[in-house]
Amino acid sequence: MEFFVRRRADNSAGGAGWLRVHALLVFCFLYLPIAALIVYSFNGAGVGGFPPRDLTLNWYRILFQDGAIWESVGNSLLVAGCAVVIALAFGIPAALALDRAQFPGKTLFRRLVLLPLILPGIITGLSLSMFFKWSDTRLSLITIVLGHGTALISVATTEVFAGLQKLDRAQEEASLDLGATYWQTFWRITLPNLRLSMIGAALLIFTLSMDEIAVSFFLIGRNNTLPLEIWGRLRRGITPEINAISTIIFVFSLTVIVIWYRLRAGGEGSPEIAAELVETAAQGD
Amino acid sequence: MFSRAYRIAITVPPLAWVTVFLLMPYLLMFCFSFWSVSSTQTIVHSWTLENYKQLFTKDVYWETLLRSMWIAARVMVFSLALGYPLAYFLSFYAGKRKDLLYQMVIIPLWVSYLVRAYAWKTILGSDGVLNTLLQYVHLTRHPLDFLLYSPFAVVLTLTHIYTPFAFLPIYAALEHIPRNLVEASNDLGASPAQTLWRVIFPLSIPGVVAGATFAFVLSFGDFLAPLLLGGPSGIMISNIVVTLFGAAYNWPLGAAISLCMLVLVVSLLFLSERIEQKWNFS
Amino acid sequence: MGSTTVSSGSRIDSGAASAPLLTIHRVAKQFGKNIVLRDISLDVAEGEFLTILGESGSGKTTLLRIVAGFESADAGELSMNGERLDRLPPYKRKVNTVFQSYALFPHLTVEENVGYGLRVARIAEAEVSSRVEQALARVRMTAHAKAKPGKISGGQQQRVALARALVNRPKLLLLDEPLSALDANLRRQMQVELKSLQREVGISFVFVTHDQEEAMVMSDRIALLRMGELEQVATPREIYSRPATDYTAQFIGHTNLLRAEVRGGRASCGALGWEVGLADGPAAFSVRPEDVRVVEAGRTSVDGVVRFRGKVQHRAFHGATELVRVVAGEGLVFSVRTAGMDGREEVECEFSPKDAVPVRDSAERS
Repeated sequence: MEFFVRRRADNSAGGAGWLRVHALLVFCFLYLPIAALIVYSFNGAGVGGFPPRDLTLNWYRILFQDGAIWESVGNSLLVAGCAVVIALAFGIPAALALDRAQFPGKTLFRRLVLLPLILPGIITGLSLSMFFKWSDTRLSLITIVLGHGTALISVATTEVFAGLQKLDRAQEEASLDLGATYWQTFWRITLPNLRLSMIGAALLIFTLSMDEIAVSFFLIGRNNTLPLEIWGRLRRGITPEINAISTIIFVFSLTVIVIWYRLRAGGEGSPEIAAELVETAAQGD
Repeated sequence: MFSRAYRIAITVPPLAWVTVFLLMPYLLMFCFSFWSVSSTQTIVHSWTLENYKQLFTKDVYWETLLRSMWIAARVMVFSLALGYPLAYFLSFYAGKRKDLLYQMVIIPLWVSYLVRAYAWKTILGSDGVLNTLLQYVHLTRHPLDFLLYSPFAVVLTLTHIYTPFAFLPIYAALEHIPRNLVEASNDLGASPAQTLWRVIFPLSIPGVVAGATFAFVLSFGDFLAPLLLGGPSGIMISNIVVTLFGAAYNWPLGAAISLCMLVLVVSLLFLSERIEQKWNFS
Repeated sequence: MGSTTVSSGSRIDSGAASAPLLTIHRVAKQFGKNIVLRDISLDVAEGEFLTILGESGSGKTTLLRIVAGFESADAGELSMNGERLDRLPPYKRKVNTVFQSYALFPHLTVEENVGYGLRVARIAEAEVSSRVEQALARVRMTAHAKAKPGKISGGQQQRVALARALVNRPKLLLLDEPLSALDANLRRQMQVELKSLQREVGISFVFVTHDQEEAMVMSDRIALLRMGELEQVATPREIYSRPATDYTAQFIGHTNLLRAEVRGGRASCGALGWEVGLADGPAAFSVRPEDVRVVEAGRTSVDGVVRFRGKVQHRAFHGATELVRVVAGEGLVFSVRTAGMDGREEVECEFSPKDAVPVRDSAERS
């Protein structure tokens, strides 16, 4: 790999060499468990032992016949979808408010909204659990949706806020100048420009919700989400079936990331969209 | 600039939601922490400081709290040690591959936490990949015990999980540094190492503090890794809280401990924010 | 190569001092398919103020960066005082740069910025303090020593950047369009300051700019760069009064470019004609507007002077003088500089043949 032997014109290749080795080692560290997981999902003899032998699709076969797992997958998808809706519905206004509006208690609001991002999930989960108990709400998928939504509003807010920062104010001013009202400007200029941020936020929220366990742990009713289902089985013992579902999750996540990357890299840049829309607005509607 | 209706529309809904589902639950937790549980397993709504007294006097709680902080501290240090050189390499030496490598660091974040913790469990166990590998190449003759069900396993797993978290803000901060500052430093006679120490690192401190805070706070409050891999010696404070809400059924005490955790975390956040502001030069 | 007779290793610069400080020899550089520098050879003398002048895209900044060490040339070499320079990394060269954006370290005070190079070289703290003090005094920034770059103005930052570079006593100082961010008045002031500073410290300055007026005011010599090749290297006076090519003539100051046909020792351009000692064929001549005089109608002309009549199309007021555009018929348009003229519409003008400088066509380049 030319990547590793490239020398620089001056003598700084020495330092860069160590950095490259370090980078390689860190990548190995990051991917080792994933690699092991995938490899051993095909291992006939189970999760341990080296070297892996007996390549088989057996575990996948068992997995596909496992009804409970697929039910929990369905639950997770449902919860994730709803979480995305809630998080965006409240996160977009929150981002707008933080970016543009002045109101008393703004700092407190900002801290509160962003707190679940950094707070260990257990605290958010516990406090919500107490809340539901106190209000005599039965725990179910709905409470999980509420929990995820609440925790993930912070993600939506952060992403959309970042997108707003990149937005060129001049475009909105141009729109107003050309006769559009605030609402029209919002729908025609601001929102389309945020499209990329919103999609990114949606993907992120979806994935985080699918994987969410800390908050869900305390809000679970009768129906399991996928992580909790896996969790339950882990308590009973390790089986390579779990490797199989993990591999599938990994492949799925990877696909999502690739799609997201393509979207971002190849998509229309926001300036172009906005320019188009300002023109249309100017032609009157 | 904006109409009143617009302003109300964007502030009230999130404010309302956050009040109901965030603020109130925290307040509730605050209240719970002063209540107690009766012998019949019902919550008694009389105000007492008993829970806090227990928390600060009973050894098991105190020790576990310190152990959790110690584990979190180690995770923080290791994540930084792994993440900083990686971010530095990507930002300044990776050239065209920068974007690709960046994605490669992010991808593990998208793979389920549970899945990764589980993976380490299969690797570190006495029948696991690592032990059998070591025996296979004759480096050891018996499985190494400390690998699993120990603080070591917890630190290792959490480092694995949170290194990308530490990496992200550091990378962002490094990318923010104008390259002409690096050129100026070289121009004035500083070698790459001197430039790193005198110019790049000081300007990246806000990112480092943010990454360190992430790693510490999230490890501190983690309960999954210790539960899966910690064994009896690797129990962390969150596990105790979980038990108090489950089998041990002492919600008020659990709330008290959670509240302490919340206070600790929020204080750390304030502290790191102050430091970040002091070192922010953009 | 050899697509031009200007370079190919031959020296087109007129008069660097005896033993040059810096020798740039046949340096070439391209980025991908884009050839930025072709075959550049140039000497910089001790203590001289050399300006590399060119439009954007001419390669001037790249050349500077190659000398500083931030880019490496694809071909050619650099030597300073006889030793190879291009083999050294930037931090080992006795060359310092003043960046266009100043590149002051935001986390260090003015004083710490200026002392940076000295501390990095592990010079004793006492010496560092005194040298920094001197440098700050020289650029008149002593009062701001403890301030951070974020708190001082653009002009002040520029002076700090200068001090930071000079305090290291480099053999050569490179300045990358350092005045372009300043407003016009401050700019003029700094031009004078920089020039006297250079005289004072005696270091060679290589100054890069796109502003030809600036180059003329400050330089001992100007190296005009066009599309990666040196068009002409000469003193300001020479480059102005004897431009080598049509590009040079038009880039530096205003000029009237006359395309004429020479036959039998006489150049004819439209209805105008004058004696020249050139071979037959097409030729171009540069006549500076100040060499074209407005004459009173009826005054007899001196022998050989070229006279013409024209309509005033446009007048540009420049304070002390006016630049008048005169249409002389047959597509000939002249710019005439005059110290004030009444409002007439028709004028008669003249210029002497000795002021018609023959210029070469600038080479065609892809």
